[in-house]
Amino acid sequence: MYNFEFEKPSTIADAVAALGDEDAQALGGGQTLIPTLKQRLASPSALVSLSGIAEMQGVCVEDDGSVAIGGATPHAVVAREAAGSYPALAALAGQIGDPAVRNRGTIGGSVANNDPAACYPAGVLGSGATIVTNTRQIAADDFFEGMFSTALEEGEIITSVRFPVPQAASYQKFLQPASRFALVGVYVARFADGVRVAVTGASEDGVFRWSEAEQALSKEFRADALMGLSINPMNMIGDLHGSKDYRAHLVAVMTKRAVAACL
Amino acid sequence: MPKDSGIGASSKRREDVRFLTGAGNYTDDINVHGQAHVYFLRSDIAHGRISNLDTSAAESMPGVVRVFTGKDFEGVGGIPCGWEVTDKHGAPMQEPAHPILAQGKVRHVGDPIAAVVADTLAQARDAAEAIDLDIEELPAVLDMKAAAKDGTTLVHDDLKNNICYDWQLGETDNAKVDEVFANAAHVTSLDLVNNRLVANPMEPRVAVAEYSRGTEDYTLYTTSQNPHVIRLLMCAFVLGLPEHKVRVVAPDVGGGFGTKIFHYAEEAFCTFAAKACNRPVKWSASRSEAFMSDAHGRDHVTNIELALDAENNFIGLRTNTYANMGAYLSTFASSVPTWLHGTLAAGNYTTPVIQVNVKAMFTNTVPVDAYRGAGRPEATYQLERVIDKAARELGADPIALRRQNFITQFPYDTPVALTYDTGDYNGTMDKLEAAADLAGFAARRASSEANGKMRGLGINCYIEACGIAPSNIVGMLGARAGLYDAATVRVNATGSISVMVGAHSHGQGHETAFPQVVAEMIGIDESMIEIVHGDTSKIPFGMGTYGSRSLAVCGSAMVKATEKVIDKAKKIAAHLLEASEADIELKDGQFSVAGTDKSVAWGDVTLTAYVPHNYPLEVEPGLEETAFYDPANFTFPSGAYACEVEVDPETGQVSIEAFTAADDFGNIVNPMIVDGQVHGGIGQGIGQALLENCAYDENGQLLSASFMDYAMPRADDVPFYGVDHSSQTPCTHNPLGVKGCGEAGAIGSPPAVVNAVIDALNSGGKAVDHIDMPVSPSRVWAAMKG
Ligand SMILES: Cc1cc2nc3c(=O)[nH]c(=O)nc-3n(C[C@H](O)[C@H](O)[C@H](O)COP(=O)(O)OP(=O)(O)OC[C@H]3O[C@@H](n4cnc5c(N)ncnc54)[C@H](O)[C@@H]3O)c2cc1C
Repeated sequence: MYNFEFEKPSTIADAVAALGDEDAQALGGGQTLIPTLKQRLASPSALVSLSGIAEMQGVCVEDDGSVAIGGATPHAVVAREAAGSYPALAALAGQIGDPAVRNRGTIGGSVANNDPAACYPAGVLGSGATIVTNTRQIAADDFFEGMFSTALEEGEIITSVRFPVPQAASYQKFLQPASRFALVGVYVARFADGVRVAVTGASEDGVFRWSEAEQALSKEFRADALMGLSINPMNMIGDLHGSKDYRAHLVAVMTKRAVAACL
Repeated sequence: MPKDSGIGASSKRREDVRFLTGAGNYTDDINVHGQAHVYFLRSDIAHGRISNLDTSAAESMPGVVRVFTGKDFEGVGGIPCGWEVTDKHGAPMQEPAHPILAQGKVRHVGDPIAAVVADTLAQARDAAEAIDLDIEELPAVLDMKAAAKDGTTLVHDDLKNNICYDWQLGETDNAKVDEVFANAAHVTSLDLVNNRLVANPMEPRVAVAEYSRGTEDYTLYTTSQNPHVIRLLMCAFVLGLPEHKVRVVAPDVGGGFGTKIFHYAEEAFCTFAAKACNRPVKWSASRSEAFMSDAHGRDHVTNIELALDAENNFIGLRTNTYANMGAYLSTFASSVPTWLHGTLAAGNYTTPVIQVNVKAMFTNTVPVDAYRGAGRPEATYQLERVIDKAARELGADPIALRRQNFITQFPYDTPVALTYDTGDYNGTMDKLEAAADLAGFAARRASSEANGKMRGLGINCYIEACGIAPSNIVGMLGARAGLYDAATVRVNATGSISVMVGAHSHGQGHETAFPQVVAEMIGIDESMIEIVHGDTSKIPFGMGTYGSRSLAVCGSAMVKATEKVIDKAKKIAAHLLEASEADIELKDGQFSVAGTDKSVAWGDVTLTAYVPHNYPLEVEPGLEETAFYDPANFTFPSGAYACEVEVDPETGQVSIEAFTAADDFGNIVNPMIVDGQVHGGIGQGIGQALLENCAYDENGQLLSASFMDYAMPRADDVPFYGVDHSSQTPCTHNPLGVKGCGEAGAIGSPPAVVNAVIDALNSGGKAVDHIDMPVSPSRVWAAMKG
């Protein structure tokens, strides 16, 4: 680790101000950033911790029925507090990492990081959630821009994520055996006006929507509706843990299982 | 009735109290006043020539004490190899130099190039970044078969090729072996890979060295399984220091699994630098450093052929193996694929003609050396896989085929240089069949199938040679040191006992089990006895702990020393009781005169030994004895394992539903500790079979360089085990009749798991012969697809 300054503001405004310094960086739960710093792969001048900002904490149900999660809310809190209002999302949060990771890691950090194998991006995109920042609201469809890349500007903070709650939803995660991130994870959400299917872990372009499956399932919400559908392996990730073909295959299997779990 | 103390009791592990409450004293807990920290600049290139190495900017960085490069070690010895293997033409193995810091060339990712000693670790790291380094990249030698070809890139320019040795064991007459195979009714052949592993003990390696200018003494604290071996190698071969001026301490060590047997460059470096800098020097490996500098394990590529006659008797076995040595020869590397592997080729079977061929290869990878089981898992895996394949091809029952070929007469001389003293393979298999409820398997399979899963049963038998080792035999085989061990039993005046043992405990539970033996022999409470280990200044000598040798070898020395103590104590007791020494009996800590009610307690005798007011003048005062023990033979634990798996036909995911081990470890001192050793070994074996994969890309970059990509087994990857060690044929040549249990689980489990997966797939109509380990979901899926 290189040396850095540390700040822990208590309001979003102070955090934004502190992040005005060009080389300052937001610190969520540190579950990605701290290992990066330890390996000396980043050298921020200052870390601005978001964990002391009360308005970025917790889960609440809005008037329109959507569930809003503060950007600095740890996974363990979501797993617990969203269990009633949005069970599928709570279940997703409860499957991230191990207890230590879930008690430190935050939704804002996970979504901002957009790891191609992370779970939350599938939940956010699959739900058609809205990412709320200190300056604007960004639809999930416009937010994820490929592996480790998002629509966030320099210094922009995710203050909350707002999820419309579907009639039924399920996240099916197939574990990468070493990291236990998603080798392939599929989030299926059934709304009154259609079905969304978001896939993580599989693609070199990060989280994506499987539109053929969405169309098929919107017509007929049964696992059998997916028969004959397949993903082109070309843009899939191929690595030590699974070939492109295997990942493409798993996308279909996990989607089918997610649908079955919704029924 | 189970005993509650002494031999055979499941005494609780007393050392766990300090380990579990954070009161252990590990090497990283040791901080010496004034210590500086070292950071190693390591190669991020697999193979290359150092064209520029300029440390001047680094030297003037804040806090820097000194920057070392290979130049500082010119004329200093390199890391030695402890075992000289002679190839099949009678020539000695090729033995390249293994410098402390790179000399002109780097040969694997992680090879240390320079070392910065500074006031703090952060300063050392900062300065390392200021070192100006250019490496001219050379093609990386990775594929062992390609590396064996003439004209290929050389890992070591001064060697004639990349072959360390081309070794053979068993039948030397190729024509005879060919004839056996030509006349066979059936031949089964299998190509397989024994995957490279990283041991990953919980505690990474650490070294702290200090030097006293006043006395010219060195102390090295290090994470070692065998401090005396480190002292011997470092003093005699690397630094040229007198052994009496060097103390090596291995305090609490957080797991070894073999990888902490070896003498490493970092230990020698810290010792050297402590004098050169006139300051204590400390190094603690990060986990990333451990991945690229701890010796790796396994990494064999093998073709095995089994010949059977028309009655399914095994009549011939031939193996051709490429064994990876990595870039340099680590301490025991050369012995692993040869004398610890080829000699086990017979397994539990009467195969009369066996030929083992091994080419050991240099490649641009981390050195490979002993890892839990060392050579024996590789031997067992190939043999038990080919037997399983033969059974499938012949439509034979895998258990019946094994039973039919079991060795049943002991002692048994194998065609590959060993004499098994005892065993009861049928008896052990009987235990397994009962403990694993094999009769109920068909019903369990049916219920798995009803849930859409394929279920398989995998059987495996193993034999291992451990209790390493009879010094005269290993000497003939090329070991450069004997492998005896020593113990001193020091009785204190008030009767408590310190036993200084050469074995080192780093998880095995010696601190509990060894006192059980002495307590049993004298008849006193276990708590009166304590083990002292891990410090060359306190213990007489010791070759350390590996090869399941601690109790069989060092424990035997302890028994001998305790016998000497008892003999002397009897002389003193005879004097106190005014009786003849021959009439003195020792029972429950009381010396009594046979046939009388006259007795004297252990504590009175020990007090007399040290406070000799009333003492037999012809006996020396004091009560302390040392014994060295050199085993007459290896010990031969054996076992039969059964694994049941379910395979998800959609994803290829394997889950282990049941695992049962029936082992014959001879006599058992602490059944609970033995269970624990078997559990841990099976866990590691399951890790190898399903999860662990140390992989390099085509440029020699380590792909699985962290836990993000190297899959260690977690608690939920393994089932609750059934362990049965009631099959007991005691070892015939050591005083306790013990055989060793530390490696069995890791040897016996991988083939059981893979056999079970193959059985499951075939039961589900997928004609799959073999899948290389780790049998990951993606590999299973690819195999199912065909
Ligand atoms: C052992 C382990 C296992 C894991 N397993 C999983 C898993 O199974 N599935 C999974 O999805 N994830 C997994 N993770 C990742 C974990 O979920 C973390 O939550 C996630 O990596 C980042 O969240 P964080 O709050 O820790 O962010 P940090 O590490 O603090 O930050 C990550 C990045 O996001 C930025 N950032 C943080 N908060 C905000 C914000 N509010 N607004 C804008 N930018 C912000 C930071 O500047 C940084 O660039 C695992 C991590 C570990 C260490």
